[in-house]
Amino acid sequence: MTTSAVLMMIVAMLVVWGGLVASVLFLRARPEVDDTELPDPDAAPPGEQG
Amino acid sequence: MAPHHDAAAPQRETWTSSTGFILAAVGSAVGLGNIWRFPGVAYESGGGAFLIPYLVALLTAGIPILFLDYAVGHRYRGAAPLSYRRMARPAEALGWFQIVLSFVIAVYYAAVIAWSLSYFVFAFDLRWGEDTAAFFVDEYLQVGDPEISTTLVSGVAVPLVLVWAAVLVIIALGVTKGVQRVNIIFIPLLVLAFVGLVVRALTLPGATDGLNALFTPDWAALADPGVWIAAYSQIFFSLSIAFGIMVTYASYQRRRANMTSSGLVVAFANSSFEILAGIGVFATLGFLARQQATTIDQLEGLSGPILSFVTFPAVISEMPGGNLFGAVFFGALVLAGFTSIISILLGVAASVQEKFGLTHRTAAVAVCVVCSIISIGLFSTTSGLIALDTVDQWANNIGIVVSAIVMTVLIVWVFRTAPVLRAHLNRVSTFRVGRVWFVLIGGLAPVVLTTMLVQRVRTLATEGYEGYPGWYLLVFGWGTIAVVAVGALVLTLIPWRGRDDADFRAWPELEEEQR
Repeated sequence: MTTSAVLMMIVAMLVVWGGLVASVLFLRARPEVDDTELPDPDAAPPGEQG
Repeated sequence: MAPHHDAAAPQRETWTSSTGFILAAVGSAVGLGNIWRFPGVAYESGGGAFLIPYLVALLTAGIPILFLDYAVGHRYRGAAPLSYRRMARPAEALGWFQIVLSFVIAVYYAAVIAWSLSYFVFAFDLRWGEDTAAFFVDEYLQVGDPEISTTLVSGVAVPLVLVWAAVLVIIALGVTKGVQRVNIIFIPLLVLAFVGLVVRALTLPGATDGLNALFTPDWAALADPGVWIAAYSQIFFSLSIAFGIMVTYASYQRRRANMTSSGLVVAFANSSFEILAGIGVFATLGFLARQQATTIDQLEGLSGPILSFVTFPAVISEMPGGNLFGAVFFGALVLAGFTSIISILLGVAASVQEKFGLTHRTAAVAVCVVCSIISIGLFSTTSGLIALDTVDQWANNIGIVVSAIVMTVLIVWVFRTAPVLRAHLNRVSTFRVGRVWFVLIGGLAPVVLTTMLVQRVRTLATEGYEGYPGWYLLVFGWGTIAVVAVGALVLTLIPWRGRDDADFRAWPELEEEQR
Protein backbone atom coordinates (compact mmCIF):
# COMPACT_ATOMS: atom_id res chain seq x y z
CA MET A 1 0.00 0.00 0.00
CA THR A 2 1.08 3.57 -0.58
CA THR A 3 2.11 5.70 2.38
CA SER A 4 -0.75 8.16 2.00
CA ALA A 5 -3.32 5.33 1.82
CA VAL A 6 -1.89 3.63 4.91
CA LEU A 7 -1.87 6.94 6.73
CA MET A 8 -5.48 7.76 5.89
CA MET A 9 -6.61 4.25 6.80
CA ILE A 10 -4.96 4.53 10.20
CA VAL A 11 -6.41 8.00 10.76
CA ALA A 12 -9.90 6.78 9.82
CA MET A 13 -9.66 3.81 12.16
CA LEU A 14 -8.27 5.90 15.01
CA VAL A 15 -10.88 8.65 14.73
CA VAL A 16 -13.99 6.55 14.11
CA TRP A 17 -13.20 3.43 16.17
CA GLY A 18 -11.51 5.65 18.75
CA GLY A 19 -14.69 7.73 18.84
CA LEU A 20 -16.69 4.59 19.54
CA VAL A 21 -14.37 3.51 22.36
CA ALA A 22 -14.37 7.03 23.83
CA SER A 23 -18.16 7.31 23.74
CA VAL A 24 -18.56 3.88 25.38
CA LEU A 25 -16.06 4.84 28.10
CA PHE A 26 -17.84 8.17 28.63
CA LEU A 27 -21.20 6.40 29.00
CA ARG A 28 -19.73 3.88 31.45
CA ALA A 29 -18.06 6.58 33.52
CA ARG A 30 -21.26 8.62 33.78
CA PRO A 31 -24.10 6.20 33.02
CA GLU A 32 -26.86 8.37 34.43
CA VAL A 33 -27.66 11.76 35.91
CA ASP A 34 -27.75 12.01 39.69
CA ASP A 35 -30.65 9.96 41.05
CA THR A 36 -31.62 12.26 43.92
CA GLU A 37 -31.96 15.25 41.63
CA LEU A 38 -34.39 13.58 39.32
CA PRO A 39 -36.44 10.65 40.62
CA ASP A 40 -37.92 8.58 37.82
CA PRO A 41 -41.73 8.70 38.16
CA ASP A 42 -42.13 5.25 36.61
CA ALA A 43 -39.38 3.54 38.58
CA ALA A 44 -40.13 5.09 41.99
CA PRO A 45 -42.32 3.21 44.49
CA PRO A 46 -45.98 4.29 44.47
CA GLY A 47 -46.52 7.65 46.14
CA GLU A 48 -46.75 11.33 45.39
CA GLN A 49 -44.45 12.58 42.71
CA GLY A 50 -42.98 15.92 41.87
CA MET B 1 -53.68 22.26 37.71
CA ALA B 2 -51.66 19.92 39.83
CA PRO B 3 -49.53 17.49 37.89
CA HIS B 4 -50.70 13.95 38.36
CA HIS B 5 -49.81 10.55 37.10
CA ASP B 6 -52.73 8.32 36.39
CA ALA B 7 -52.08 5.14 38.33
CA ALA B 8 -54.61 3.24 36.25
CA ALA B 9 -52.90 3.97 32.94
CA PRO B 10 -50.84 0.98 31.82
CA GLN B 11 -47.12 1.72 31.92
CA ARG B 12 -45.32 1.98 28.61
CA GLU B 13 -43.12 -0.99 27.80
CA THR B 14 -39.41 -0.16 28.17
CA TRP B 15 -36.04 -1.50 27.06
CA THR B 16 -34.69 -3.46 30.00
CA SER B 17 -31.30 -1.74 29.88
CA SER B 18 -29.39 1.00 28.10
CA THR B 19 -27.46 -1.76 26.35
CA GLY B 20 -30.73 -3.12 25.00
CA PHE B 21 -31.69 0.29 23.68
CA ILE B 22 -28.25 0.96 22.19
CA LEU B 23 -28.06 -2.43 20.45
CA ALA B 24 -31.54 -1.97 19.01
CA ALA B 25 -30.69 1.54 17.81
CA VAL B 26 -27.43 0.28 16.28
CA GLY B 27 -29.36 -2.56 14.66
CA SER B 28 -31.70 -0.04 13.13
CA ALA B 29 -28.92 2.27 11.90
CA VAL B 30 -26.64 -0.48 10.57
CA GLY B 31 -28.43 -1.71 7.49
CA LEU B 32 -27.77 -2.60 3.90
CA GLY B 33 -26.62 0.96 3.15
CA ASN B 34 -23.61 0.58 5.45
CA ILE B 35 -22.45 -2.45 3.51
CA TRP B 36 -23.19 -1.57 -0.08
CA ARG B 37 -23.51 2.23 -0.14
CA PHE B 38 -20.70 3.64 2.03
CA PRO B 39 -17.70 1.92 0.37
CA GLY B 40 -18.70 3.01 -3.14
CA VAL B 41 -19.53 6.57 -2.10
CA ALA B 42 -16.23 6.97 -0.24
CA TYR B 43 -14.28 5.61 -3.21
CA GLU B 44 -15.96 7.94 -5.70
CA SER B 45 -15.80 11.01 -3.46
CA GLY B 46 -12.12 11.52 -2.81
CA GLY B 47 -11.09 8.21 -1.22
CA GLY B 48 -9.20 8.88 2.00
CA ALA B 49 -9.96 12.59 1.75
CA PHE B 50 -13.68 11.75 2.03
CA LEU B 51 -13.05 11.11 5.73
CA ILE B 52 -13.04 14.86 6.37
CA PRO B 53 -16.46 15.81 4.92
CA TYR B 54 -17.79 12.53 6.33
CA LEU B 55 -16.73 13.36 9.90
CA VAL B 56 -17.88 16.96 9.56
CA ALA B 57 -21.29 15.72 8.37
CA LEU B 58 -21.48 13.23 11.24
CA LEU B 59 -20.74 15.87 13.87
CA THR B 60 -22.71 18.77 12.40
CA ALA B 61 -25.81 16.99 11.03
CA GLY B 62 -25.95 13.28 11.84
CA ILE B 63 -25.57 13.45 15.60
CA PRO B 64 -27.59 16.69 16.05
CA ILE B 65 -30.60 15.30 14.13
CA LEU B 66 -30.28 11.98 15.95
CA PHE B 67 -30.49 13.91 19.24
CA LEU B 68 -33.56 15.73 17.92
CA ASP B 69 -35.32 12.43 17.15
CA TYR B 70 -34.40 11.10 20.57
CA ALA B 71 -35.59 14.25 22.35
CA VAL B 72 -39.02 14.20 20.68
CA GLY B 73 -39.67 10.51 21.33
CA HIS B 74 -38.24 10.44 24.83
CA ARG B 75 -40.03 13.54 26.09
CA TYR B 76 -43.43 12.93 24.49
CA ARG B 77 -43.41 9.14 24.85
CA GLY B 78 -45.15 8.01 21.72
CA ALA B 79 -44.49 6.83 18.20
CA ALA B 80 -43.95 9.72 15.77
CA PRO B 81 -47.59 10.89 15.27
CA LEU B 82 -48.46 10.93 18.99
CA SER B 83 -45.12 12.44 20.01
CA TYR B 84 -45.37 15.28 17.51
CA ARG B 85 -49.04 15.82 18.43
CA ARG B 86 -48.13 16.18 22.09
CA MET B 87 -45.38 18.61 21.12
CA ALA B 88 -47.72 20.72 18.95
CA ARG B 89 -51.08 19.48 17.73
CA PRO B 90 -50.77 20.16 13.97
CA ALA B 91 -47.35 18.49 13.87
CA GLU B 92 -49.13 15.13 14.01
CA ALA B 93 -49.28 15.25 10.21
CA LEU B 94 -45.47 15.21 10.04
CA GLY B 95 -45.48 12.09 12.20
CA TRP B 96 -47.87 10.33 9.83
CA PHE B 97 -45.84 11.41 6.81
CA GLN B 98 -42.84 9.68 8.38
CA ILE B 99 -44.83 6.61 9.33
CA VAL B 100 -46.46 6.12 5.92
CA LEU B 101 -43.01 6.56 4.40
CA SER B 102 -41.68 3.88 6.77
CA PHE B 103 -44.50 1.61 5.64
CA VAL B 104 -43.54 2.11 1.98
CA ILE B 105 -39.87 1.50 2.69
CA ALA B 106 -40.66 -1.69 4.62
CA VAL B 107 -42.63 -2.97 1.62
CA TYR B 108 -39.50 -3.10 -0.57
CA TYR B 109 -36.81 -3.47 2.09
CA ALA B 110 -38.26 -6.91 2.86
CA ALA B 111 -37.67 -7.91 -0.76
CA VAL B 112 -33.94 -7.15 -0.53
CA ILE B 113 -33.70 -9.23 2.65
CA ALA B 114 -35.48 -12.04 0.79
CA TRP B 115 -32.93 -11.84 -2.05
CA SER B 116 -30.11 -12.02 0.49
CA LEU B 117 -31.74 -15.05 2.06
CA SER B 118 -31.90 -16.77 -1.35
CA TYR B 119 -28.27 -15.92 -2.06
CA PHE B 120 -27.29 -17.26 1.36
CA VAL B 121 -28.63 -20.62 0.15
CA PHE B 122 -27.13 -20.23 -3.35
CA ALA B 123 -23.68 -19.69 -1.82
CA PHE B 124 -23.46 -23.29 -0.70
CA ASP B 125 -23.30 -24.60 -4.29
CA LEU B 126 -22.34 -21.33 -6.05
CA ARG B 127 -25.56 -21.62 -8.01
CA TRP B 128 -25.05 -18.27 -9.78
CA GLY B 129 -22.50 -19.84 -12.15
CA GLU B 130 -20.24 -17.84 -14.45
CA ASP B 131 -22.44 -14.97 -15.60
CA THR B 132 -23.65 -13.57 -12.29
CA ALA B 133 -25.42 -10.57 -13.83
CA ALA B 134 -27.52 -12.73 -16.13
CA PHE B 135 -28.25 -15.10 -13.25
CA PHE B 136 -29.48 -12.28 -10.97
CA VAL B 137 -31.60 -10.43 -13.51
CA ASP B 138 -32.87 -13.15 -15.84
CA GLU B 139 -32.80 -16.38 -13.89
CA TYR B 140 -33.42 -15.32 -10.30
CA LEU B 141 -35.57 -12.16 -10.53
CA GLN B 142 -36.79 -12.83 -14.09
CA VAL B 143 -36.93 -9.08 -14.68
CA GLY B 144 -39.33 -8.03 -17.43
CA ASP B 145 -40.28 -4.60 -18.75
CA PRO B 146 -41.20 -1.63 -16.57
CA GLU B 147 -44.88 -2.53 -16.27
CA ILE B 148 -47.33 -3.82 -13.70
CA SER B 149 -46.82 -7.54 -13.88
CA THR B 150 -48.77 -10.41 -12.34
CA THR B 151 -46.32 -13.17 -13.24
CA LEU B 152 -45.19 -14.70 -9.97
CA VAL B 153 -41.53 -15.57 -9.42
CA SER B 154 -41.59 -18.36 -6.87
CA GLY B 155 -37.86 -18.14 -6.13
CA VAL B 156 -38.47 -14.70 -4.64
CA ALA B 157 -41.95 -15.31 -3.25
CA VAL B 158 -40.93 -18.13 -0.90
CA PRO B 159 -38.10 -16.31 0.96
CA LEU B 160 -40.23 -13.17 1.01
CA VAL B 161 -43.02 -15.01 2.82
CA LEU B 162 -40.45 -16.36 5.29
CA VAL B 163 -39.07 -12.87 5.97
CA TRP B 164 -42.55 -11.49 6.59
CA ALA B 165 -43.46 -14.35 8.92
CA ALA B 166 -40.33 -13.69 10.99
CA VAL B 167 -40.98 -9.94 11.06
CA LEU B 168 -44.57 -10.48 12.20
CA VAL B 169 -43.54 -12.76 15.06
CA ILE B 170 -40.86 -10.36 16.32
CA ILE B 171 -43.03 -7.24 16.16
CA ALA B 172 -45.95 -9.07 17.81
CA LEU B 173 -43.70 -10.20 20.66
CA GLY B 174 -43.11 -6.54 21.47
CA VAL B 175 -40.23 -4.30 22.42
CA THR B 176 -38.58 -6.33 25.18
CA LYS B 177 -39.34 -9.89 24.20
CA GLY B 178 -39.13 -9.36 20.45
CA VAL B 179 -37.09 -6.44 19.18
CA GLN B 180 -34.59 -6.20 22.03
CA ARG B 181 -33.96 -9.93 22.16
CA VAL B 182 -33.34 -10.18 18.40
CA ASN B 183 -30.86 -7.32 18.49
CA ILE B 184 -28.98 -8.65 21.50
CA ILE B 185 -28.31 -11.82 19.50
CA PHE B 186 -28.05 -10.47 15.94
CA ILE B 187 -25.81 -7.42 16.41
CA PRO B 188 -22.85 -9.20 18.06
CA LEU B 189 -23.29 -11.98 15.49
CA LEU B 190 -23.24 -9.45 12.65
CA VAL B 191 -20.07 -7.79 13.93
CA LEU B 192 -18.41 -11.17 14.40
CA ALA B 193 -19.39 -12.27 10.88
CA PHE B 194 -18.09 -9.08 9.33
CA VAL B 195 -14.81 -9.14 11.23
CA GLY B 196 -14.35 -12.69 9.92
CA LEU B 197 -15.06 -11.52 6.36
CA VAL B 198 -12.60 -8.65 6.66
CA VAL B 199 -9.85 -10.90 8.00
CA ARG B 200 -10.40 -13.34 5.14
CA ALA B 201 -10.57 -10.56 2.54
CA LEU B 202 -7.31 -9.02 3.76
CA THR B 203 -5.46 -12.29 3.19
CA LEU B 204 -6.51 -12.46 -0.48
CA PRO B 205 -3.98 -11.54 -3.16
CA GLY B 206 -4.66 -8.01 -4.40
CA ALA B 207 -6.37 -6.90 -1.18
CA THR B 208 -3.92 -4.04 -0.72
CA ASP B 209 -4.73 -2.72 -4.22
CA GLY B 210 -8.32 -2.39 -3.05
CA LEU B 211 -7.34 -0.59 0.12
CA ASN B 212 -5.11 1.73 -1.89
CA ALA B 213 -8.07 2.60 -4.11
CA LEU B 214 -10.33 3.24 -1.11
CA PHE B 215 -7.94 5.19 1.11
CA THR B 216 -5.58 7.11 -1.20
CA PRO B 217 -6.68 10.70 -0.60
CA ASP B 218 -7.64 12.96 -3.47
CA TRP B 219 -7.46 16.30 -1.66
CA ALA B 220 -8.75 18.22 -4.69
CA ALA B 221 -12.12 16.51 -4.15
CA LEU B 222 -12.63 18.64 -1.02
CA ALA B 223 -13.12 21.69 -3.24
CA ASP B 224 -16.05 19.97 -4.98
CA PRO B 225 -19.40 20.84 -3.35
CA GLY B 226 -20.78 17.56 -4.75
CA VAL B 227 -18.43 15.62 -2.48
CA TRP B 228 -19.74 17.47 0.59
CA ILE B 229 -23.32 16.80 -0.44
CA ALA B 230 -22.40 13.12 -0.87
CA ALA B 231 -20.98 13.08 2.67
CA TYR B 232 -24.08 14.67 4.21
CA SER B 233 -26.32 12.29 2.20
CA GLN B 234 -24.36 9.24 3.31
CA ILE B 235 -24.49 10.22 7.00
CA PHE B 236 -28.13 11.15 6.73
CA PHE B 237 -29.33 7.93 5.05
CA SER B 238 -27.06 5.69 7.06
CA LEU B 239 -28.14 6.78 10.54
CA SER B 240 -31.89 6.18 9.91
CA ILE B 241 -32.78 9.61 11.22
CA ALA B 242 -35.69 11.96 10.54
CA PHE B 243 -38.27 9.40 9.58
CA GLY B 244 -39.78 8.47 12.87
CA ILE B 245 -37.89 5.30 13.71
CA MET B 246 -35.65 6.83 16.35
CA VAL B 247 -38.58 8.77 17.80
CA THR B 248 -40.35 5.47 18.41
CA TYR B 249 -37.29 3.69 19.81
CA ALA B 250 -36.56 6.60 22.18
CA SER B 251 -40.16 6.60 23.39
CA TYR B 252 -39.61 3.12 24.83
CA GLN B 253 -36.56 4.23 26.80
CA ARG B 254 -36.94 4.71 30.58
CA ARG B 255 -37.87 8.22 31.69
CA ARG B 256 -34.55 8.90 33.33
CA ALA B 257 -32.21 7.52 30.68
CA ASN B 258 -28.98 8.98 29.41
CA MET B 259 -30.11 9.85 25.88
CA THR B 260 -27.26 11.90 24.40
CA SER B 261 -24.42 9.74 25.70
CA SER B 262 -26.17 6.66 24.29
CA GLY B 263 -26.69 8.55 21.04
CA LEU B 264 -22.97 9.16 20.68
CA VAL B 265 -22.32 5.43 21.07
CA VAL B 266 -24.96 4.63 18.43
CA ALA B 267 -23.64 7.19 15.94
CA PHE B 268 -20.01 6.14 16.29
CA ALA B 269 -20.93 2.45 16.21
CA ASN B 270 -22.76 3.02 12.92
CA SER B 271 -19.77 4.79 11.39
CA SER B 272 -17.39 2.18 12.80
CA PHE B 273 -19.31 -0.51 10.99
CA GLU B 274 -19.15 1.53 7.78
CA ILE B 275 -15.36 1.75 7.98
CA LEU B 276 -15.21 -2.00 8.62
CA ALA B 277 -17.48 -2.66 5.63
CA GLY B 278 -15.39 -0.34 3.46
CA ILE B 279 -12.23 -2.29 4.27
CA GLY B 280 -13.93 -5.65 3.66
CA VAL B 281 -15.60 -4.65 0.41
CA PHE B 282 -12.56 -2.98 -1.14
CA ALA B 283 -10.10 -5.67 -0.10
CA THR B 284 -12.42 -8.12 -1.88
CA LEU B 285 -12.70 -5.88 -4.95
CA GLY B 286 -8.90 -5.66 -5.05
CA PHE B 287 -8.81 -9.43 -5.27
CA LEU B 288 -11.38 -9.39 -8.07
CA ALA B 289 -9.36 -6.84 -10.04
CA ARG B 290 -6.22 -8.96 -9.59
CA GLN B 291 -8.06 -12.08 -10.81
CA GLN B 292 -9.33 -10.30 -13.88
CA ALA B 293 -5.90 -8.73 -14.50
CA THR B 294 -7.35 -5.24 -14.34
CA THR B 295 -7.54 -2.31 -11.92
CA ILE B 296 -10.28 -1.20 -9.53
CA ASP B 297 -11.21 1.80 -11.65
CA GLN B 298 -12.00 -0.55 -14.54
CA LEU B 299 -14.45 -2.61 -12.46
CA GLU B 300 -18.18 -1.99 -12.66
CA GLY B 301 -20.92 -2.42 -10.08
CA LEU B 302 -19.13 -1.09 -7.01
CA SER B 303 -22.21 -0.14 -5.03
CA GLY B 304 -25.87 -0.88 -4.46
CA PRO B 305 -27.69 -4.17 -5.04
CA ILE B 306 -25.45 -4.86 -8.04
CA LEU B 307 -22.38 -4.92 -5.75
CA SER B 308 -24.02 -7.51 -3.51
CA PHE B 309 -25.86 -9.66 -6.01
CA VAL B 310 -23.69 -9.44 -9.13
CA THR B 311 -20.13 -8.36 -8.28
CA PHE B 312 -19.77 -10.24 -5.00
CA PRO B 313 -21.05 -13.58 -6.34
CA ALA B 314 -18.45 -13.28 -9.11
CA VAL B 315 -15.67 -12.76 -6.56
CA ILE B 316 -16.95 -15.57 -4.36
CA SER B 317 -16.81 -18.00 -7.27
CA GLU B 318 -13.13 -17.22 -7.84
CA MET B 319 -12.13 -17.47 -4.19
CA PRO B 320 -10.78 -20.62 -2.54
CA GLY B 321 -13.38 -21.55 0.09
CA GLY B 322 -15.82 -19.11 -1.50
CA ASN B 323 -18.87 -21.02 -0.30
CA LEU B 324 -18.21 -20.17 3.32
CA PHE B 325 -17.31 -16.56 2.50
CA GLY B 326 -20.51 -16.23 0.47
CA ALA B 327 -22.72 -17.76 3.13
CA VAL B 328 -21.27 -15.45 5.81
CA PHE B 329 -21.57 -12.39 3.56
CA PHE B 330 -25.21 -12.98 2.61
CA GLY B 331 -25.98 -14.09 6.15
CA ALA B 332 -24.59 -10.75 7.34
CA LEU B 333 -26.81 -8.92 4.84
CA VAL B 334 -29.83 -10.77 6.21
CA LEU B 335 -28.92 -9.89 9.81
CA ALA B 336 -28.25 -6.23 9.00
CA GLY B 337 -31.44 -5.90 6.98
CA PHE B 338 -33.63 -7.74 9.45
CA THR B 339 -32.68 -5.60 12.45
CA SER B 340 -33.45 -2.52 10.36
CA ILE B 341 -36.83 -3.63 9.02
CA ILE B 342 -38.14 -4.50 12.47
CA SER B 343 -37.30 -0.97 13.63
CA ILE B 344 -39.14 0.47 10.64
CA LEU B 345 -42.26 -1.63 11.24
CA LEU B 346 -42.29 -1.25 15.01
CA GLY B 347 -42.81 2.48 14.45
CA VAL B 348 -45.73 1.82 12.10
CA ALA B 349 -47.34 -0.73 14.42
CA ALA B 350 -46.94 1.51 17.48
CA SER B 351 -48.48 4.49 15.65
CA VAL B 352 -51.51 2.48 14.57
CA GLN B 353 -51.83 1.02 18.05
CA GLU B 354 -51.84 4.45 19.70
CA LYS B 355 -54.15 6.16 17.23
CA PHE B 356 -56.80 3.46 17.09
CA GLY B 357 -56.56 2.28 20.69
CA LEU B 358 -55.67 -1.29 19.77
CA THR B 359 -53.62 -3.77 21.74
CA HIS B 360 -49.99 -4.01 20.72
CA ARG B 361 -50.45 -7.46 19.25
CA THR B 362 -53.52 -6.59 17.16
CA ALA B 363 -51.79 -3.56 15.70
CA ALA B 364 -48.62 -5.54 14.97
CA VAL B 365 -50.50 -8.31 13.17
CA ALA B 366 -52.68 -5.89 11.21
CA VAL B 367 -49.74 -3.76 10.03
CA CYS B 368 -47.51 -6.71 9.12
CA VAL B 369 -50.27 -8.55 7.26
CA VAL B 370 -51.25 -5.53 5.15
CA CYS B 371 -47.63 -4.60 4.47
CA SER B 372 -46.67 -8.17 3.56
CA ILE B 373 -49.56 -8.57 1.13
CA ILE B 374 -48.51 -5.45 -0.77
CA SER B 375 -44.85 -6.46 -0.56
CA ILE B 376 -45.41 -9.98 -1.85
CA GLY B 377 -47.83 -8.77 -4.53
CA LEU B 378 -45.46 -6.13 -5.83
CA PHE B 379 -42.03 -7.68 -5.46
CA SER B 380 -42.43 -11.36 -6.19
CA THR B 381 -43.40 -10.62 -9.77
CA THR B 382 -41.28 -10.07 -12.87
CA SER B 383 -41.41 -6.27 -12.48
CA GLY B 384 -40.05 -6.44 -8.93
CA LEU B 385 -36.53 -5.05 -9.44
CA ILE B 386 -37.61 -2.02 -11.44
CA ALA B 387 -40.43 -1.13 -9.05
CA LEU B 388 -38.07 -1.48 -6.11
CA ASP B 389 -35.38 0.67 -7.70
CA THR B 390 -37.87 3.42 -8.54
CA VAL B 391 -39.75 3.49 -5.23
CA ASP B 392 -36.45 3.43 -3.32
CA GLN B 393 -35.05 6.37 -5.29
CA TRP B 394 -38.10 8.55 -4.52
CA ALA B 395 -38.80 7.38 -0.96
CA ASN B 396 -35.22 8.06 0.14
CA ASN B 397 -34.06 11.01 -1.89
CA ILE B 398 -37.34 12.91 -1.92
CA GLY B 399 -39.47 11.48 0.91
CA ILE B 400 -37.00 11.30 3.78
CA VAL B 401 -35.26 14.52 2.82
CA VAL B 402 -38.58 16.43 2.72
CA SER B 403 -39.48 14.88 6.07
CA ALA B 404 -36.19 16.06 7.59
CA ILE B 405 -36.52 19.60 6.25
CA VAL B 406 -40.11 19.93 7.51
CA MET B 407 -39.16 18.42 10.86
CA THR B 408 -36.25 20.77 11.56
CA VAL B 409 -38.09 23.87 10.33
CA LEU B 410 -41.27 23.08 12.28
CA ILE B 411 -39.45 22.36 15.53
CA VAL B 412 -36.97 25.23 15.42
CA TRP B 413 -38.85 27.99 13.58
CA VAL B 414 -42.59 27.31 13.64
CA PHE B 415 -43.38 25.72 17.00
CA ARG B 416 -40.12 26.87 18.59
CA THR B 417 -39.82 23.84 20.83
CA ALA B 418 -36.07 23.37 20.34
CA PRO B 419 -35.20 25.05 23.70
CA VAL B 420 -37.58 22.67 25.52
CA LEU B 421 -36.07 19.67 23.75
CA ARG B 422 -32.53 20.82 24.53
CA ALA B 423 -33.41 21.36 28.19
CA HIS B 424 -35.00 17.90 28.25
CA LEU B 425 -31.92 16.21 26.84
CA ASN B 426 -29.68 18.05 29.28
CA ARG B 427 -31.81 17.19 32.32
CA VAL B 428 -31.67 13.43 31.68
CA SER B 429 -28.27 13.07 29.98
CA THR B 430 -24.64 13.38 31.01
CA PHE B 431 -23.42 14.71 27.64
CA ARG B 432 -24.59 18.33 27.54
CA VAL B 433 -26.03 19.76 24.35
CA GLY B 434 -24.85 23.35 23.82
CA ARG B 435 -26.64 26.25 22.14
CA VAL B 436 -24.75 25.48 18.93
CA TRP B 437 -27.30 22.68 18.51
CA PHE B 438 -29.95 25.26 17.57
CA VAL B 439 -27.71 26.58 14.80
CA LEU B 440 -27.01 23.07 13.48
CA ILE B 441 -30.60 21.78 13.43
CA GLY B 442 -32.26 25.09 12.62
CA GLY B 443 -29.74 26.52 10.16
CA LEU B 444 -27.17 24.18 8.69
CA ALA B 445 -29.36 21.05 8.44
CA PRO B 446 -32.30 22.61 6.55
CA VAL B 447 -29.92 24.47 4.21
CA VAL B 448 -27.86 21.38 3.34
CA LEU B 449 -30.94 19.19 3.05
CA THR B 450 -32.73 21.69 0.80
CA THR B 451 -29.67 21.82 -1.46
CA MET B 452 -29.72 18.03 -1.68
CA LEU B 453 -33.44 18.05 -2.45
CA VAL B 454 -33.34 20.76 -5.11
CA GLN B 455 -30.47 19.05 -6.90
CA ARG B 456 -32.22 15.70 -6.90
CA VAL B 457 -35.60 17.03 -8.01
CA ARG B 458 -33.92 18.89 -10.86
CA THR B 459 -32.08 15.77 -12.02
CA LEU B 460 -35.13 13.51 -11.75
CA ALA B 461 -37.36 16.03 -13.51
CA THR B 462 -35.02 16.72 -16.42
CA GLU B 463 -33.16 13.45 -16.91
CA GLY B 464 -35.70 10.95 -15.63
CA TYR B 465 -34.35 7.86 -13.93
CA GLU B 466 -32.48 4.86 -15.37
CA GLY B 467 -34.24 5.37 -18.71
CA TYR B 468 -37.57 4.08 -17.38
CA PRO B 469 -40.64 5.47 -19.19
CA GLY B 470 -42.12 8.76 -17.96
CA TRP B 471 -45.51 7.29 -17.05
CA TYR B 472 -43.79 4.65 -14.93
CA LEU B 473 -41.79 7.23 -12.94
CA LEU B 474 -44.96 9.27 -12.49
CA VAL B 475 -46.81 6.28 -11.02
CA PHE B 476 -44.10 4.59 -8.96
CA GLY B 477 -41.84 7.59 -8.23
CA TRP B 478 -43.87 10.75 -7.78
CA GLY B 479 -46.94 8.60 -7.12
CA THR B 480 -45.24 7.14 -4.06
CA ILE B 481 -44.70 10.61 -2.62
CA ALA B 482 -48.30 11.60 -3.41
CA VAL B 483 -49.63 8.46 -1.71
CA VAL B 484 -47.51 9.15 1.36
CA ALA B 485 -48.70 12.77 1.55
CA VAL B 486 -52.39 11.87 1.11
CA GLY B 487 -52.07 8.97 3.52
CA ALA B 488 -50.52 11.27 6.11
CA LEU B 489 -53.35 13.77 5.72
CA VAL B 490 -56.09 11.14 6.00
CA LEU B 491 -54.54 9.49 9.04
CA THR B 492 -54.15 12.88 10.73
CA LEU B 493 -57.81 13.80 10.13
CA ILE B 494 -59.15 10.57 11.65
CA PRO B 495 -60.16 11.48 15.22
CA TRP B 496 -58.30 10.06 18.21
CA ARG B 497 -61.42 9.98 20.43
CA GLY B 498 -59.44 10.59 23.58
CA ARG B 499 -56.83 7.97 22.87
CA ASP B 500 -54.17 10.66 22.70
CA ASP B 501 -54.41 11.02 26.49
CA ALA B 502 -55.19 14.75 26.68
CA ASP B 503 -53.88 15.16 30.23
CA PHE B 504 -50.46 13.81 29.30
CA ARG B 505 -47.75 15.78 31.07
CA ALA B 506 -44.24 15.73 29.76
CA TRP B 507 -41.60 14.85 32.35
CA PRO B 508 -39.47 16.36 33.76
CA GLU B 509 -41.19 19.72 34.08
CA LEU B 510 -39.06 22.44 32.57
CA GLU B 511 -39.00 26.22 32.92
CA GLU B 512 -38.58 26.45 29.17
CA GLU B 513 -42.06 25.04 28.65
CA GLN B 514 -43.94 28.26 29.49
CA ARG B 515 -45.83 28.52 26.25
